[in-house]
Formats: sequence, structure tokens, C-alpha cells
Amino acid sequence: MIKAILIFNNHGKPRLIRFYQYFAEDMQQQIIRETFHLVSKRDDNVCNFLEGGSLIGGSDYKLIYRHYATLYFVFCVDSSESELGILDLIQVFVETLDKCFENVCELDLIFHMDKVHYILQEVVMGGMVLETNMNEIVAQVEVQNRMEKSESLVGSVAKNGHVTFPT
Amino acid sequence: MPAPIRLRELIRTIRTARTQAEEREMIQKECAAIRSSFREEDNTYRCRNVAKLLYMHMLGYPAHFGQLECLKLIASQKFTDKRIGYLGAMLLLDERQDVHLLMTNCIKNDLNHSTQYVQGLALCTLGCMGSSEMCRDLAGEVEKLLKTSNSYLRKKAALCAVHVIRKVPELMEMFLPATKNLLSEKNHGVLHTSVVLLTEMCERSPDMLAHFRKLVPQLVRILKNLIMSGYSPEHDVSGISDPFLQVRILRLLRILGKSDDDSSEAMNDILAQVATNTETSKNVGNAILYETVLTIMDIKSESGLRVLAINILGRFLLNNDKNIRYVALTSLLKTVQTDHNAVQRHRSTIVDCLKDLDVSIKRRAMELSFALVNGNNIRGMMKELLYFLDSCDPEFKADCASGVFLAAEKYGTDSLTSLHVTAVLSCVLAGSYVRDDSVPNLIQLITNSVEMHAYTVQRLYKALLDDISQQPLVQVASWCIGEYGDLLVSGQCEEEEPIQDEVLDVLEGLLVSNLSTPVTRGYALTAIMKLSTRFSSVNRIKKVVSIYGSSIDVELQQRAVEYNALFKKYDHMRPALLERMPIMEKTATNGPTEIVQTNGETEPSAVEPKHPPPVTQPANQVRTPYSGSYSEQDSSAVTTQFSHDIITFPPSVFQTFQLQLLSPSSNVVPALNQGTVTQVIRVLNPQKQQLRMRIKLTYTHKGSPVQDLAEVNNFPPQSWQ
Repeated sequence: MIKAILIFNNHGKPRLIRFYQYFAEDMQQQIIRETFHLVSKRDDNVCNFLEGGSLIGGSDYKLIYRHYATLYFVFCVDSSESELGILDLIQVFVETLDKCFENVCELDLIFHMDKVHYILQEVVMGGMVLETNMNEIVAQVEVQNRMEKSESLVGSVAKNGHVTFPT
Repeated sequence: MPAPIRLRELIRTIRTARTQAEEREMIQKECAAIRSSFREEDNTYRCRNVAKLLYMHMLGYPAHFGQLECLKLIASQKFTDKRIGYLGAMLLLDERQDVHLLMTNCIKNDLNHSTQYVQGLALCTLGCMGSSEMCRDLAGEVEKLLKTSNSYLRKKAALCAVHVIRKVPELMEMFLPATKNLLSEKNHGVLHTSVVLLTEMCERSPDMLAHFRKLVPQLVRILKNLIMSGYSPEHDVSGISDPFLQVRILRLLRILGKSDDDSSEAMNDILAQVATNTETSKNVGNAILYETVLTIMDIKSESGLRVLAINILGRFLLNNDKNIRYVALTSLLKTVQTDHNAVQRHRSTIVDCLKDLDVSIKRRAMELSFALVNGNNIRGMMKELLYFLDSCDPEFKADCASGVFLAAEKYGTDSLTSLHVTAVLSCVLAGSYVRDDSVPNLIQLITNSVEMHAYTVQRLYKALLDDISQQPLVQVASWCIGEYGDLLVSGQCEEEEPIQDEVLDVLEGLLVSNLSTPVTRGYALTAIMKLSTRFSSVNRIKKVVSIYGSSIDVELQQRAVEYNALFKKYDHMRPALLERMPIMEKTATNGPTEIVQTNGETEPSAVEPKHPPPVTQPANQVRTPYSGSYSEQDSSAVTTQFSHDIITFPPSVFQTFQLQLLSPSSNVVPALNQGTVTQVIRVLNPQKQQLRMRIKLTYTHKGSPVQDLAEVNNFPPQSWQ
């Protein structure tokens, strides 16, 4: 089971935070800081697996991470997930983001945090891997985005008679 | 009131903040705007506001006032609202808040919605944060969706079912009928999540496991199709057809085949096929191979297959990719106990990994190396491990030192004593990383390696000059100096030898230092005393000893007084009493240590046989336990009162024996051998192991507490055979 998915940049600023197990808000922030601290210390030529920090569950959990340019993608998993498989999953997720945003970069993640969440929802659900086929994921996300768009074109009429478009 | 700003406006604004305080100010301002917008019950902009709230939540600011708004969004008819509402619910709510129950009805309606994406959102939310009450209420809906032909919904329903089963295990039966034809799906997404569901059910219930064993042929067939199917663009990842599904199926096969011969046999062929045919140039191929190896090792596979698996792991060890090496070491650690010989073949590669730069790999290589040490390779391994101990990071030193020590103790034979002692010394010189109770073991080791005495005492003396804060080191060093001080000053060492006064200075320094514990002081005083027969500066020693005759520490005082007596009244006995310690018999450390050593998963240091410290007092108080006699220097009447607990402390006996202590016949031993005290100990020895006992007596003598230790090895064979 995947306990948490964290994306943060080289300075530790969070870009996407998703916990699949309950943690209080301040604990969540502490975990982010601790994970950043552990992961940023690593050289580029060491393996991508780390024991989890004490806050997130200690040695029962592993941190599997990948570093792409300015971003760290960290998956915190337990022993029921294959380590190498998760590495591949991170790759699939990033490639999906690339397809959805067209040459994705950090700015895309910054300004479209909600869209990234929606994409992630099609890949991982409840801490378990849902879909790994990139084209499937992209197709499903596109349909839902179109539905949103069509709704926004139908504006709503406010009290004063003005028509407004919410998103 | 002006329209609330869009999410990306907010983000842009926040990014211009140059300090944390500035950012906080902006956020607070926006929060206030959002709050008033919520109060106005404005439907149009609610989703925009909640999106901003979620962003602020990610940055770490409180967002709980948006929880109810999420619920309102979920209840809305618009897909946009529902989408952000459900996301907000998943991020902000959990079963600790009562609010979440209000969602149940909405989710129920949405599970039956006409649009599959709305149904999907509902399933997703339920599967992420549904509480047990919600799961109970909605399990029926989920079960219905598990049987639908819509693959998008079916795969989500499968994972949702997993969550329901985790929250409410009793409901597992309910999903059983729906699993009947899950595996005949063509859609890989559904197959994947179905396998996850089946795995969860099998792990939770042995009945389910037995029930699903019949699926093995079907799973094997699916796996075969994946391997043989050739290029299929939709599922292809780096040239392999749906590696994620392959890995999932292999894992389920592992669970099904464990301890079941028939299933294991059905899998043998396909496992061999996957192991030999998978392309290993990319990570995906290695992930599959890795999973295959784990499965082969776990089920009852034939030996040829197991050897194949270990050889694959051996190849992984040579791979350039660090991740592959890491997983190989991890799996070898798991298999080393069952397939020890096969793993031994890769020993040299494993030992090379000790020199890797990567901390995670080094740690695993170290654990594996200790598991692989045996009588044949001890010499070579010890060299490598000592080198590692010297050069490794501090976080490893404790574990490595313990491991080296245990290995040396277990496999060091007489012919290897010099190696042994070097190993031991390195451990001790690693300082505080050595456990306190290994001091007696080290002392025994040093005593028994006669030719190493000079070298040992010299090294320890030098270490003592540098640092007297590490108590185990100080204790062993002072003991050695006391014993072999003559060798230290006689010029047998290579370097410039210290003179007697210098040595005495060091020992006296230990006595007065604040860093020394009372135990260490005891060691130091005794060492000084022993040097009175080895050194010529007897007067100095006499002076020191007499000073401590009035020490506040009772133990030191007693020792000093007795040593004083030795100088005054029993000077003729002194040389005999203080001569070299004889070779000590090796204590029984077989049994539990052995079991732990071969268990590759736990650290060798996890079980340390706890020995009570050896008798380091001078030999003028001879005790033999059974007779209970006590040769007393002072012939005045002695009343000895045994305390009510006579402690038998044979740690190496724990695992194979059971003891029952009955109460002693009396708790006073009359003086001058006028009587005895008997205590019966019943020993249950089902494995008919040789009986040896170490006994620790605690009693009060003349008002002060005394501890006494003895070992009994001479039980007649009939008593334990």
C-alpha cells in the first residue's frame, strides 16, 4: 500500500501532497520537511530507496523517490509493493503528466495543482495502484476536463442579472 | 462584493511574497475573503474558493472552515462542483470528523448516477476515506458495481471493495460471488485491480486462500499470454507487455503457492519461462525478474528452479544499477537461511558491496556478510569485516562491532586466536560502540590467546592514553595492564615502552577521574594491586591502596581494606594470589547464538548472551557452590543470611530448559561450617541437552550485600540424558 505521495522542489516547497492515511495537519507538514531533509541529502548516484523517516512509520516503510530536474517525486510505500515496480510507476505518472500538460515543467504543477490531483486520482486510488496504462489515464482525464469545460461555458445567472462563468 | 479571484491569481500573488510573513499576510487576507464569500452562500464561486483553500492547505495553513463547503459542492448537480468537492473531502476530511457522515447519502446517490465519471468520483472518495459506517451502508452498491460490464467502473469498484474489506472484514463474504468472473476480463485495468482484490482476500482469510487456489491455472494462463503475446502497443512499457500486471500476478501466485505442493507444481513451468525469457536491459524487466525470484523462493519449487533464482540474484549483484543491487541484497538476506550454500557462491560479490559508496547498499551487504560467515571462510571474511569496521561510518560501527565480535567468538578456533584477538581489539577500540556486557567475554578471549598478551596490552595502553571515557575499553584495558603489566614495561613491545610510574599514573588517573564508573574504579584498583607483584614500586602501590581504605564507595573500600590486609598480614601469600590468571574455559555460547546467526534477517547483535561479569576479585575467596563452604580469613563468627531469591542465571539455558525454583530450606547459613542451606531447582530438559549451570548468589554478609558467581559443569550424564 502506498502511504503517501509527495512532490516537492529542490528547496522543499511542496507541489503536491497526498496522504492515504490520516495524519494531522501539522504532522503532515513535519513529514514533508523530514522527507525533504532525508531525500535532499542523497547523492545522485546512489540507489533510489530509503528507509522511511521516524515520523512516517520508520523502518516498516520505504521511501522510493525519483529526482527530475527541479522536482522530487517521493512515494512512501510498505512491503506489499514491489520497489522496482514503484519506480516504474513514478515514471508512468511523470510521463502521463507530460502528455497531459505537453512538456510538463514545475510551473505547470504549481499553477494547476488541482488538475495534477485529478490525474493522480486516475493512477492511484486509496493507496493502491489503479491504472498503469498511460493512454487510458490520459483519455479518461481528457473526457472529464471536457465535461468541466462544457459546464463552464454554460454560465450561471447571478442575482443582479449578470451572467458569470465560475472557473 | 467583487468576484473572488481565481486560483491562479492567488498562486501568482503568493509567489511574489518575499518572506514567510508576507505570505502569511496574503493568505490571511484571502482566507477572510473566502470566509465572507462562504457566508453569502454563493453557489457560483464556491468551487473556486474551495480550490484556493486546498492550495493553502497544501502550504500548511488551516483550512477546516471549508469542510462543510466541500459537502455542499458534492451535493451540487454540476460535475465541476462535484469534482473539486470530492477532492476537498478527501484532503480535508477524515472519519474523525462527524461531518463526514453527511456525505454518505450524497455518495449513495452518486454511485447510482447516470454519468460514469460521477460514479467514479464517488467510488474514489469512498475508497480513500470511507469510514466503517459508510462502508457498511454502501457495500451493497459497491458490490453491484463490481459486477458491471463498464470496465472504468469495475476497476474502481474492485479497489473500493479492498478498502471496504480493510475497514469491515466481516463483509468479505459479500464480495465473493462477484469475484467469480473477474479474471476473465480482457481489460488490463480491471485485471490488475481484480488481482489486488483477490490478493487482499487471500491475505486476510485462510479459507479464501484455499478457495482461490483453483484460480492458479487461470492466472498461469494470463501470465503466459502476456509473455508470449508479442508486441501490443496499448500495454507496452519499454518492450514488455504490461509489466505491472505481470508483477501483480506473480505476487498473487506467490501467496497461493506457499506451502501448497499442487499449486507450486502448476507454477513451476511458467516461473522458469518468465525467469529465462524476460528482457533485462530495462528496469521493467528487472522488476518482473525480481518478483519471479521472490516467488520461486517462497513456494515449494523444485531445487533446479531455486538455483536458477539465486543465480539471477547473483547476476543482479553485478548489475551497474544501484537499485538492482539493493533489491538483490535484500532478497539474498531473506533467502540466506534456507539456501545457505547457494548464496555462499556469491560471497565475494557481496563482500565487494561493502566498499560501495551507497549507505543503503553497505548496510545490507554488512548484514548479509555476517550471515554468511562460517568456519571455512572466517579468515578471509574477518579481514574484510575488520577493514570495514575501521573505515565505516559511525552509524554502522555499533552493529558491525557486535557482529564481528559474535562471529569471532563463534568461529574463532585456537589456530585463529591471533585473528580472533585482533578482531576483538578492533571492536573494543571502536569505543562506546561495544556493549557493556561483552567486557567479560573480551577478557576471557585475551587471557586465552597467550602469544597475543604483549601486543594486546600495548595497544590497549595506548588507547587508554588517548581516551578514558569509554568504559568498556577502560575496563578491559585496566584488567590487561594489571595482568600483563610486566610485559608492557619489559620492552617486548615494538614501540617505546612506558616506565612503571607512567603506568601507575594512568591507573591512578582512572581512580580519580569523574568519567570512571564505580565498576571501572574497581577494575583499576585491582589492577594496581596486581602490579605489586609485577612492578618494583611496591611502596607507591601500598600508599594508593591504603588511601582507598577510607573511600566512600563501599566496594572500593572493601577491596582496599582487603588488599591492605594482604600487604600487612598475608604478604607471604601475595605473589601466589596475584599471579597470572589461568586459561578460562570457554563458556557455552552455542544454542541461541547459533540460531540467531543463521537468521539473515535479524542483526547478529540482536541476541547477546548475557553473561554476568566474571570474578575479578582476587582469588582469596574461593567458593564452591554445592558445598557452600566459605573459606574465611577472619575466624570470628560469621552470620550469613541468604536473601530469599537465589538467582540462577544461565542465559544459555533459557531456550532449551525450563527451571522451577523452590524455596531454600532456610535463609541463614550458620558460621564456621556448622550447617548448610539447600535449595532445590527442578530442570525440565526435553531436548536432553547437556546441563550446565551458572549460578549467582546474592546474600548479606556482616550486614553488607555480597554477590557471588559460580559455574557448575559436572552434572553426571545420567541426570540429563
